[in-house]
Amino acid sequence: MTQSETSLPETPERAEDRADDLPSDELPAMSRPFKLKLSWQAGFTIAMFAFMYLPILVLTAYSLNASPYSANWEGFTWEWYGRLLQDRRVFSALRNSLTVATSSVGISAVLGTLMAVGLARYHFPGKRLFLGVSYLPLIVPDIAIAVATLVFLAAIGFPLSLWTIVAAHVVFCLAYVAIVVSTRLADLDQNLEEAALDLGATPVQAFVQVLLPQLIPGIVSGCLLAFVLSMDDFLISSFTAGAGATTLPMEIFSRIRTGVRPDINALSVVLISASALLAFIAEYWRYRSDSKQ
Amino acid sequence: MLQTASPNTDLAGREAEFDVELRKVFKVFNGETAVRGVEFNIRRGEFFSILGPSGCGKTTTLRLIGGFEMPSAGEVLIRGQSVNQVPAYRRPVNTVFQSYALFDHMNVRDNVGFGLRLKKMAKAEIQHSVDEVLELVKLESLATRFPKQLSGGQRQRVALARALVNRPAVLLLDEPLGALDLKLRKQMQYELTSLHQDLGMTFVMVTHDQEEALSLSDRIAVMNDGRIEQIGSPQEIYDAPKTPFIADFIGDTNLFEGHVEEADESSLLVRSQAGLDLAIERGESGADVADAPRLDRGSAVAVSIRPEKIDLHLYPPETSVNTFEGRLIQAMYLGTHVQFTVELSNGATLTVRQPGSGSERIALGTAVFVSWSPSSALALSR
Repeated sequence: MTQSETSLPETPERAEDRADDLPSDELPAMSRPFKLKLSWQAGFTIAMFAFMYLPILVLTAYSLNASPYSANWEGFTWEWYGRLLQDRRVFSALRNSLTVATSSVGISAVLGTLMAVGLARYHFPGKRLFLGVSYLPLIVPDIAIAVATLVFLAAIGFPLSLWTIVAAHVVFCLAYVAIVVSTRLADLDQNLEEAALDLGATPVQAFVQVLLPQLIPGIVSGCLLAFVLSMDDFLISSFTAGAGATTLPMEIFSRIRTGVRPDINALSVVLISASALLAFIAEYWRYRSDSKQ
Repeated sequence: MLQTASPNTDLAGREAEFDVELRKVFKVFNGETAVRGVEFNIRRGEFFSILGPSGCGKTTTLRLIGGFEMPSAGEVLIRGQSVNQVPAYRRPVNTVFQSYALFDHMNVRDNVGFGLRLKKMAKAEIQHSVDEVLELVKLESLATRFPKQLSGGQRQRVALARALVNRPAVLLLDEPLGALDLKLRKQMQYELTSLHQDLGMTFVMVTHDQEEALSLSDRIAVMNDGRIEQIGSPQEIYDAPKTPFIADFIGDTNLFEGHVEEADESSLLVRSQAGLDLAIERGESGADVADAPRLDRGSAVAVSIRPEKIDLHLYPPETSVNTFEGRLIQAMYLGTHVQFTVELSNGATLTVRQPGSGSERIALGTAVFVSWSPSSALALSR
């Protein structure tokens, strides 16, 4: 069933339509005996998914393995997850990561939305150049941003801290939010704000009551994307972090230097699950707002 | 029933007679002039259309009235007050946009009530007004739906209701029926006319569809290249176009370029570039309207003859005036009439329209005669 069909409330005529729409050849097809036939496309797809997700499955298995060192299966255990919950360093690193992600995403949400709206509405000399430069952080390698930020901060003698990580993260989060909001904006009716003005809304009211609510799905999905990227970032964070400002990826990296331990496996599984959940929520949100409106 | 706001009075205390006045309005965008000295007065309660091909400046003109553009020069007046300095949100006009521009995050009821909520009207009063206007556009049953769940025709009614509920002095319609299919368009044309009659509100519509403009409007302003070429009733525009552009744009016509050979009080003889001698009767039919340029011997003119004013004969007609021999090269059956294309002996082609059931079939290639009365032809100054 298509998306547009599900979004429409049932009315008698529609139900009838649907009955008429049933392709006449569907019934014989369904009564045919089901045969399992693996086409090469299906085989290729399975191989590709295995390539992408098998390491994660192995990781998950190890995180539940009772053996702390060997790769041999020695029985099922939740012990490593239990240990993780008592690890103060992991929680402090998680708190740092969350602080960095929420602050940089919060700042980027406001600035990125304003930037997208401004770029869509105003024409000014050098607009294309500005556009190119503002999306540059998406293309420039992280290592370049990391080194450049560090060199710049050192040059002006700015002390490194958790907030210098935030500043560096805003650079790429801003670009992501702006690009997602711009895409949403391009799909909107060009006359929306004018329609609001026409009905007596001041420019501020038109923005807050009409444009912003329509942009929310774009802003939210842009923020979630930026949030995940910020949580995930190791390179930029480790270059711009001050003493004690250890984020979760930095903590994990410093631990695996002394060998992979099962509690790190457990932590990785938790992180992957959390990211997957966030991505799912973001997609669901977008799907729901698209089908309702 | 809805009523328009009480008429304002202008500075001199007279009751303003016009709802919208444009005085020598120009609009320049980045060095390109979209509107060149447009002037018109729209009477209270009138259904006024601005008609023209795309890019002629008609939408810009409407946006100047709506307040979405400010004139580069000239003055826009609404109800006798200059609105040059008044932003869109403080003008007593409402617009139905071509794209409808509905607020997708609000249901139909909230969309329609948007303007009233901004005016801080009491809830019960908003509810009442919204119900009333939804009934007017026959959307009562869909009040809680969201715009994305509506068909094109229903969305267009929401856009109409959202504008009407504010009881504007002037309703602006930008190609309101452009996105609808033919059948729905006909129905909405009918409903627009009856809404206009019931509400007595001033409607200003922009359209490129000459048939729509002719059937709905009290008066039409035909625009071309940023200028107004003619303002008049649909009959005047159709029967007495002032320029070759209008004759060609409104309805179908046959145009002959030429120059005046002989001119006297009551008639003209025009020799076309292809060498045809065309007789034209001057007079009330509009060939020379009071303010049209004088046509004298030698004046360059375009002669316009509507396809339905031309007679087609198989044998030479009695008169030789405006009678030419040709060959039938195409016949199209168009339901209520048949449209013939006749190639004259000098190579020019002529479109002829005859009412008919198609019973009198003429074989293609047959030699035929075309003729028309001198009073049916118009000489338009070039």
